Amino acid sequence: MWKLIVSFFKIGLFTFGGGYAMLPVIEREITDKRQWCSTDELLDCYAIAQCTPGVIAVNTATFIGYKIKGAWGGVVATAAVVSPSLIIISIIAAFIQNFAGLSVVQHGLAGIRIAVSALVINTLIKMFRKSVKGATGVLIFLAALALTLFMGISPLYIVLGAIAVGLLLGALQKGGRQ
Amino acid sequence: MIYWQLFLSFFKTGLFSVGGGLATLPFLYEIADRYGWFTKQMLSDMLAVSESTPGPIGVNMATYAGFVTKGVPGALMATFALVLPSVIVILLVAKFMKKFRENPLVQHAFEGIRPAVVAIVAVAVLEVVRVSVLNLPAYEASHQLLDLVRPLPIAILAVFLVITNVWKKLHPIAMIALGAAIGIVMQL
Repeated sequence: MWKLIVSFFKIGLFTFGGGYAMLPVIEREITDKRQWCSTDELLDCYAIAQCTPGVIAVNTATFIGYKIKGAWGGVVATAAVVSPSLIIISIIAAFIQNFAGLSVVQHGLAGIRIAVSALVINTLIKMFRKSVKGATGVLIFLAALALTLFMGISPLYIVLGAIAVGLLLGALQKGGRQ
Repeated sequence: MIYWQLFLSFFKTGLFSVGGGLATLPFLYEIADRYGWFTKQMLSDMLAVSESTPGPIGVNMATYAGFVTKGVPGALMATFALVLPSVIVILLVAKFMKKFRENPLVQHAFEGIRPAVVAIVAVAVLEVVRVSVLNLPAYEASHQLLDLVRPLPIAILAVFLVITNVWKKLHPIAMIALGAAIGIVMQL
């Protein structure tokens, strides 16, 4: 159990940017060093983590922890993977709150916001290429975009609506084939 | 009371942000709108912090938002609430994981979810860009379209986009450091 904590604390500490960035770190720690599961099993975990709700890194940690040490393993691995963020971000947040009034910091943050804009635009383009496929995909994308942008509908209802549309299209396909 | 609200809003964020990446962002904007615990500008700063520190972005953002709202207990509460749906769902479906993923209903649901998530993230990204390169307060005061556009930040954004797409391996931290340097030198 102690090894589980150390491993996932390390994974939380050494993954920058989240998502795919953490896969090589997990692989080194879980499959190469500890040999808790094979690369194939890890990729399965990862694929499943992407289609369950929540942060992918957290889902992966819970799942692998569960595989190794049962339900408690899942809980412990999750707590361990989240701890570095909790500590580091709390310190940085306190720092920003205390120094945000300084004009140097304000100019710096104004520049940083532009850099972040560039980074998130790039991420968005990657997401678009990966997830919006075919005419149906584009239609769902445009509909969700219009509903959010012009009608201010909550993202929660967009996600729920998208699930309904996906299921409906699936049922129609099935009906069409019969 | 505020702890309960923190718990509820981040639990919702954890439950409905599917697909990773920036999926938590639209929900955080909604929280900013509804509760005013933090401003949209703070969310952009939070994104910068998340991009340049280790750990998953969703967790970092929950911690930061919780801390800004209610200090360390707030950070703990927001992170706990964000992670709870993951733990519950994974532990529930862990036993028949493979079947879950291959289930046609789940797959159909995801054909709907994936493009929709890109759309709600796009709207959130628009907001991030708006805060960084447009001057909305000046425009609202004068209603002159010229006051809305800030040419210098827009030019810098264009340069940054070119840089990040030419050197794709460039670490986000390098970009953020560059942004800070330019901001201080040019007095943005």
